[in-house]
This record gives sequence, C-alpha cells and structure tokens, in this order.
Amino acid sequence: MGIADLSSDDIMWLLQLGESMLDINRRSIKKAPTLRGKTIINLFFENSTRTRTSFEIAGKRLSADVINISASTSATKKGESLLDTGQTLAAMQPHLLVVRHGLAGSCAFLAEYLQNTAIINAGDGSHEHPTQILTDLLTIQQSLGSFEGKIMTLVGDIAHSRVARSHLLAAKIMGYHIRLVAPKTLLPLHVARYGCSVYHDFDAAIPGSDIIYMLRVQNERLTSACCFPSIREYHEAYGLHRARQRMAGDHCLIMHPGPMNRGVEISSDVADSLNSRVLHQVENGVSIRMALLTHLINANNPPMLAHNNEDEDDDED
Amino acid sequence: MTMKIELLIRGGHVVDPAHHIDAIHDVWIHDGHIVAMGDYDGKPQRTIDAQGLIVCPGLIDMHVHLREPGAEWKEDIESGSRAAVAGGVTTMCCMPNTNPTLDHAGVITQVKMRAQQVGLCHLHPIAAVTRHLAGKQLTEMRELVRAGAVAFSDDGKPIWHAGVMRKALEYASSFGFLVIQHAEEPTLTDGGVMNEGWVATQLGVAGMPVESEDSIIARDVMLTRLTGARYHVAHISTQGAVAQVRSAQAEGLLVSCEAAPHHFALTEEEVIGYRSDAKMSPPLRTEKDRLAVIEGLRDGTVTVIATDHAPHHIDDKRCGLECAAFGIVGLETMLPISLMLVRDGVLTLPQLIAKMTINPAQLLNLPAGSLAKGAVADVCVFDPDATWLLNRDTLRSKSHNTPWHGKTMQGQVCYTIMAGNIVFEKTSNEGL
Repeated sequence: MGIADLSSDDIMWLLQLGESMLDINRRSIKKAPTLRGKTIINLFFENSTRTRTSFEIAGKRLSADVINISASTSATKKGESLLDTGQTLAAMQPHLLVVRHGLAGSCAFLAEYLQNTAIINAGDGSHEHPTQILTDLLTIQQSLGSFEGKIMTLVGDIAHSRVARSHLLAAKIMGYHIRLVAPKTLLPLHVARYGCSVYHDFDAAIPGSDIIYMLRVQNERLTSACCFPSIREYHEAYGLHRARQRMAGDHCLIMHPGPMNRGVEISSDVADSLNSRVLHQVENGVSIRMALLTHLINANNPPMLAHNNEDEDDDED
Repeated sequence: MTMKIELLIRGGHVVDPAHHIDAIHDVWIHDGHIVAMGDYDGKPQRTIDAQGLIVCPGLIDMHVHLREPGAEWKEDIESGSRAAVAGGVTTMCCMPNTNPTLDHAGVITQVKMRAQQVGLCHLHPIAAVTRHLAGKQLTEMRELVRAGAVAFSDDGKPIWHAGVMRKALEYASSFGFLVIQHAEEPTLTDGGVMNEGWVATQLGVAGMPVESEDSIIARDVMLTRLTGARYHVAHISTQGAVAQVRSAQAEGLLVSCEAAPHHFALTEEEVIGYRSDAKMSPPLRTEKDRLAVIEGLRDGTVTVIATDHAPHHIDDKRCGLECAAFGIVGLETMLPISLMLVRDGVLTLPQLIAKMTINPAQLLNLPAGSLAKGAVADVCVFDPDATWLLNRDTLRSKSHNTPWHGKTMQGQVCYTIMAGNIVFEKTSNEGL
C-alpha cells in the first residue's frame, strides 16, 4: 500500500530482488516462466503511460497474463463506483490488482473491502507512490552504493506529490536526508515534521546535495490554483538548469519520475547530461515491479504490501 | 381527595437547571403536563421506578438534519424522531437544507405537520436565511416565523457574502429573529476534506484551515456590532472561534454559540486510515482546539450542545475519504458522549443538562426545557453510569455514519417521555 508499511530490511530485500531481475531485462529473450498462469489486472483510473507500461512489461516478462483497464474505457465513466469496479474485477479472480487512482487512500479503501485480492498501490492521489520510490532507491543504490547520510534535494510541487510523500517516509527508513525546495504555496502544512529541511531558495539548497530530484510540474495546477504566477517565473525560481547543475557539482545525480516538462522544471541539457539518471529510473522500474509481482504472487507469501497484513516482516528471511 | 394520575416517575434524582432543582423527587404527570413535583396525593395508572436514575427535562437538539423532504433514503422525520427519543431528545430544530429548502411557509408547515403525525418528538424548523440557500435574496422571514420557524440559517453553507450577511442581520434583528451561521470561508476550504494540518499532510489530502472558520466569525462579530443583531455560531470547532465569541460576549454583543459532541470528544487523528465516518464540516480539529471548546463549555462561552446530526447513506460514505459526504449522525450519542464532561469535572450535571435543555430553549424561545408545574411533560430518564456498546446497526436513524461504532458508551437513556407519553423505553437487550 505504501512505503509506510515497509521496514528497512523489506526494502533492501526488494532492491536485491529487483537487481537480480535486471538480467532478464537485458538479455535477448526477455521472458521467464515465473508467473505463468497468473492473472494481473492493471486498473488505472488516472492516465499514466510509463507506470502502466512498466507494470505491463514486468508482468509479461514473467509470463503472467496482464490485462490493462484504463479510466477512459472503464465503467467508472458510466457512474460505477470505485468499490463496484474493484469488486467486479476481484470476482474475476485475478492474482493481483495494480491500482492507480486519483484519490488519496483509494488503494487502502479497496484493500479493506477486497480482502482476498492482493493489491499494489501504483499511486493513490497525493498520498503515496511506493513502486516509484523503490525504483528510485534501486537507482540510487546503483550509483551511490548506500543511502545513509545522503542528501536528496527534492524540488517542486510537494503539496500535491505522492512521490514526495513516499520519499519523505523512505528517507526516515533508509537514513537519507531530504531538503524540500518549493514556495509555500506548494508545501503542505507542518511538512517539516517529516524530519526534512525546507527551503524556498533553490540555490541555497544545492550545495552538498548528492541527488537533485525534480518533480513534474502540472501547468494547470500551478496557474489555476494560484500556486504560481507563471511557468516563466517557475523555471527561473525552481527550474534545474545548467548553472544550477554546475553549483551542485559532478558527483550529483539528477533524477525525475517523469514525464519531464523540458524547459519548465528541468532544462534539456541537464535532463540529457551524464549525471541524469532519468532513464535508469525507467529501466529499474521494470525490474522493481518484476520483483514485487514475483514476491506478491508467487512466493505463497501473504501479500507483503497488502494493507491488512500485520506480520509481513516475518516473511522476509 | 386522591387524584387519578397518568404517570408517576418515582424516586429519581431530578435535575431541572431552569429551576435550580438538583435533588430526589417524585414527578407527577397528567394530561400531557407536569402536575407536581414532590409530594402529591395521586393514584398513578403507571409508575416508573427511577431510583438511581437521573430525571431531567427532555433534551433539546437545536441542530439536526432530518433530510425530509428530499432525501428520505438518508433519514426522514419519523426515523429521525425515533433516533431522537432513543437519545433522550424530545425537541429538535431541523436545518433548512432539504429539497425543497425550508424557505417557504408551505414547506415549514409540511415539516411541522409530519412531526405532529409521527408524534414522538417536538420539531421546530429553522428556516433559510436566503432563498434556495443561494446566498443572495433574503427569505420572507416574518411569514416563515408565523409558519413556525424559530431561527434562520443557511447551514451546510455559510452566508458568505458580507453584504448579504449584513442585510440578513439587520432584517432579522428588526424583528428579534436569530441568525445562525455555519462559519466557513469557502475560498479557504475549497477542496478540503478534513482539518488542515499534520494529519492531512500525511494522508495527502487537502485541508480546511481553522482560519476559514475564524475569519468568517471575525467578520460576523463586526457586523453584529454594526447591526445590534442576535448572532449564533453553529458547531464551533476552533480555539480562535471560541476566543472571538468569548470576547464578543464580554463586549456585550448578542453572540452565542453551540458545540457538537464530536468536536469536544474527538480530534483529527480520528481520520487516520481515511475514515470517512470521521469526516464532517467543520472538521475534527486538533487537541488544542478540542480543549478550547471544552474550556468554552466550562466558562459558559458555549451555552448549547447540539449534534449537527447529519445522516448519510452508506453509498455516500463508502467511497473513499475524498469523495465521502460530510457529516455524522449524533442524536443517539449526544447524551453519553456529553456526560464525559461531567465525569471529567468540566461541568456539573445541572450545568451540562442546562446546555441541552433550558439554554437552547431560551435562545430560541421554545416552550420546552423545564419541569415546572404546568409545563409540557417532556422528560428524559437516564442512568448516568450504565455502559453499553454502540453498534451502528442498531441505531434508529436510517443512516449509520457514526465514528463511535464499537465504542463503549457510558450513560444510557431508560425512558423518554414526550407530552406525557412514554415514547422510548429501554429494552433489556438495548445496546447489545
């Protein structure tokens, strides 16, 4: 359901499993029989190309039958409730539901009523996006080796970001430090209670950063909700461009969960630079999702990320 | 000569704050009225043994939503009345956000007639301040009062427009009418589903800041000063709001307020886990606000306890926190939850009972709230110590949206008497 449900050992174990999946993805015949005969439904109420594709590829490479349902084709447009859609699909006896929904808590809500169906949270409103964060952690581990004491500078619309919330939780678990950078209009109240630092001045937050993590800017959110006056001013204040990357130094990784708005939160030269890990994140995303699918479906384990599983920690050893 | 008497409530501890009675007395009831308290030479047809129980005026809940007309699948006047008397409430004031809204005399008359047909609980409607609750044109207040309205409110929505609010206060106060405000600045709460703060931040949902409540009250207090009107804040929930009402009262303005049990019993932490049964407007606030509301109750700033009983169908609640409707049912839990204030030493029992009887009666000029000789015999008999488990499936209300499901209640209504008739009697398996 969320990073909040995981321990440091859980995460390290999943990263290790994810790392081992990289091989399958890189060889010429990208298919393993691990999940043959298993059914996975990707239930996406929000538009998402990369997360959905990533889950789809992950499932298919493990030989599972993957069905994609997106909001535009689903019955929700006809007034069917989230619960009815969930129950209907669960009645078709899939092994796993992957759910992306615009409401915070929607996956936990479904899990409460679909007790016999494993669910992966592929993003619930502004709450959590756990698979993205595991992906990011694998990417960081590959480049930096460890998490302890590392500084991640996280920039953008923190208030509406599930990626930011999940990273704030993961930082506490894995021991890295987060510097949030945003104007107050894009920060939720009391956010410093996560144990992070809060900056309104991007330049002040850059020195010492090991990772600069840029969040996607949603134009409509910025201007119509009065969170920011213009894209132009946003880029000037909070965009990552060459000069800021130079301030950060050569060692600093550049990350972005995608899709990027080039010229808004990140300029092209930075996005395509040597230190950019954006495409590594995408590649690792498939591996991590393969790891999760394998773990949740195949191991006969109780679903580790499912909401109502209390003793998940015991299953890891 | 020994009189034939319909009902005797014998040996109970009578608490009638209107007359400073706080002692063991017999209460004699005949022909729908209280005929005597104490010794009386009568031969009762029926006797209620109230030894060890509290006998007080039937409770008044001046803030309920009965959903009739227009949303009878959530609640209607009959089911709402059953819920009321099960909670010891014999007088309710229903809010006008029905469909059609209570903004015409005909609808007021209809609602009153339905309550009389049901015959369980007195019902006094609160009419809309503006037509269709649209916040623009004032209702025909004089005619609405003639039809039976006892106050005015656009509850559910604030009277947001300052100019309209000024006119409403001016017009209403020209005739002594009370205006009740749902204090919420909508441009600050837009999209919010709970209190803005640490819990909302962690859940990733939009919040409603305390400033949305405080700022409207600040403005309204100024307008009350300008107009000399009587102004009442519904369901007060913040530290700042209580402080403003307190200082307005100290200044001598005719400002009053009510608090709902959930706002002095629960905090925003209740929403953790995306619990839609803890979603209401104004939202559950922080512990600091909860304690401020309690302090307001203690020092007399908050004179009334009212539930904001807001029934919602399970389909409107079982759809995730952000989609769920605002509001919880409260009629059947008002007394046990409020008794917490006595157990915690915040209020004496007479002080607490006053906030649910004589105080709202005086505020709204209702013929209720006391056990004086000659008064209509509305009586609540309850056991202040009895504990019981709240099961939402046994609530009389058609809707079961309560945050107290599965919780132990202390204080149980044994008998409710309305106009001399026993309209509720605890059965042996009550609360099981």
